[in-house]
Amino acid sequence: MTTRWIEITVGSFVIAGALALLLLAFKVSGLDLNSNEKDSYTVYAHFNNIGGLKPRAKVTMAGVTIGRVSSVEIDPQWYDAKVTMRIDNSMQGKLSADTTAMILTSGLLGENYIGLVVGAEEDMLSDGGEIRDTQPALVLEDLIGKFLSSMGKE
Amino acid sequence: MTDADNLVEIKSMTFFREKRAIFSDLSLRIPKGKITAIMGPSGTGKTTLLRLIGGQLKPDQGDVAVDGLSVPRLSRKQLFELRQRMGMLFQSGALFSELNVFENVAFPLRVHTKLPEDMIRDLVLIKLESVGLRGARDLMPSELSGGMGRRVALARAIALDPELMMYDEPFVGQDPITLGVLVKLIRQLNDALNMTTVLVSHDIDECLSIADHVCVLSGGKVLVQGTPEQILQSDEAEVKQFIQGLPDGPVPFRYPANDFAEDILFAGKDGVAG
Amino acid sequence: MLDWLQQIGDRVLSIVAGLGRSAQLLFAALMGLGYVLKNFRLLVKQVYVTGVLSIAIIGVSGLFIGMVLGLQGYSILVDFGAEDALGQMVALTLLRELSPVVAALLFAGRAGSALTAEIGLMKATEQLASMEMIGVDPVKRVIAPRLYAGIIALPLLCILFSLIGVWGGMLVGVEWLGVFDGSYWGNMQASVSFTHDVMNGVIKSIAFAFVVTWIAVFQGYDLEPTSEGISRATTKTVVHGSLAVLGLDFVLTALMFGDF
Repeated sequence: MTTRWIEITVGSFVIAGALALLLLAFKVSGLDLNSNEKDSYTVYAHFNNIGGLKPRAKVTMAGVTIGRVSSVEIDPQWYDAKVTMRIDNSMQGKLSADTTAMILTSGLLGENYIGLVVGAEEDMLSDGGEIRDTQPALVLEDLIGKFLSSMGKE
Repeated sequence: MTDADNLVEIKSMTFFREKRAIFSDLSLRIPKGKITAIMGPSGTGKTTLLRLIGGQLKPDQGDVAVDGLSVPRLSRKQLFELRQRMGMLFQSGALFSELNVFENVAFPLRVHTKLPEDMIRDLVLIKLESVGLRGARDLMPSELSGGMGRRVALARAIALDPELMMYDEPFVGQDPITLGVLVKLIRQLNDALNMTTVLVSHDIDECLSIADHVCVLSGGKVLVQGTPEQILQSDEAEVKQFIQGLPDGPVPFRYPANDFAEDILFAGKDGVAG
Repeated sequence: MLDWLQQIGDRVLSIVAGLGRSAQLLFAALMGLGYVLKNFRLLVKQVYVTGVLSIAIIGVSGLFIGMVLGLQGYSILVDFGAEDALGQMVALTLLRELSPVVAALLFAGRAGSALTAEIGLMKATEQLASMEMIGVDPVKRVIAPRLYAGIIALPLLCILFSLIGVWGGMLVGVEWLGVFDGSYWGNMQASVSFTHDVMNGVIKSIAFAFVVTWIAVFQGYDLEPTSEGISRATTKTVVHGSLAVLGLDFVLTALMFGDF
């Protein structure tokens, strides 16, 4: 085969590889170039028990994803879990100050995520605001304990 | 002969491969402008000698000098320049299989010179013409017969008009016509281009017909050196056996074994009753 | 008894010597980068030989493996009612493990053995020696382009393998078995991380490319210049290359995904 043909095919090969990598990035791994710091604001919440909640877990309202958990750490003052969430700017000023946050499980064996339910207050949460009303994750041992003790009462 | 008449001088050279001494304290000289044949039984290291001259191998002791330069002590750059003045024809031709005939012959020109394309083209065609293969310039090595491949390799070896030309067993396995062509070319090129030729071979007739000077090697040492006539008249048993092709002599016919009668008649270790 | 010990000692020493020679060759070939960049055409030709000519086998294998993953994955997940997770299962399996490893194994078998045989033949027909006599370093001209070409080609092949495999899984899962295509792609996108999964897979394949190509060119360069030598060397390329890939895969997987 001639040199020209070789050069063309090798060039196409490299381009195909690069394109495939881009496809993998966006179509397969859902890389989202838009989710950078500028388009979201921070909200904190404290939980007694976060269960299996991990960073990058989704934050939803009525089932719709409106943000992500960015970090999870121990609060040295209150000895509970402090969760930092990044909420989309489209929800700016829409979360009331008495919004509740619950840790839910996706499916039966699935991962934990946060579900928000808006309250009735007129004041809204702003960047850096904190959700006070939280429900911890359901921990299996507690459930079994409750079940056993309720069985015992009968 | 004075030193100035020798292009290559090997002085007291010893070379080991693994633990075997291929050459021990070997001294020999290659006179300038003449065809020197280096002959000897198979396995005496004739190819190794060419590699030592070309700088691909380094001797363990002693020296190999080409045109006064000590080859083992040259720097990479100096060796590169020296190789420009040497041409080598390998036993297998060794054409580069991915390049066609033209590109093969042009290869040394492109490596060592910065000549423009049209000059390279002319030079390549001249060299191919001198071996009679100018018309084959676009063929690939796989399309050439053995003899033709040998000739193209020769054209490539003389591409830079070397002062020293080395041939490693050029006559092995060639048909009579190709033999005739090669013998003629080796002689003509040596004289026309004013080269010094080293011819390594064990083909008696062909070598003695064109050589000016002959060296017979055996067991890592020089047995005899001289003109072809002197070699033919030599009284040395080893040389005689080699030249005349006698089946038995200093190189024995029989591989060492125990007594023949015993072997046939009596039981051996394998317990087979006689 | 002493004989036997000596034999083992000899073997060990010759293996160590071989490793030493292979390291020397690697170093010399890597140093040849300047020559390769100046003679870029040599590199392009080798990327063609190792990469472009392997596209067929990589593509077909990727397709079949993706389809099998789709099929097997579905049959297991459907028992848990979790068939919507098929997309992420196929993608993660391919990106993290199967693409780099299988592509490397196929590469060792096809391109690796071809490299070994080609270099070995050049050695046996004295082409490397005559190149040296003309004054060109055969390591720079013959070995280095092939080494760099392998390191470029295999990661690209691995990326193509992943993409084709995911598509194959979709063909089986969505088109044939009825998984909802929104869930196939949606769950996949939600759980596959670019840096953690895609890039780690690519890094693995770069490491495999390096090891496989190194073994292939060394076996070709170092072999006994006889036909038996060539056949033994090509076998070694495939066997050693494959084992090295699998072993390295464990090490890399532990490093990348092992933070428990």
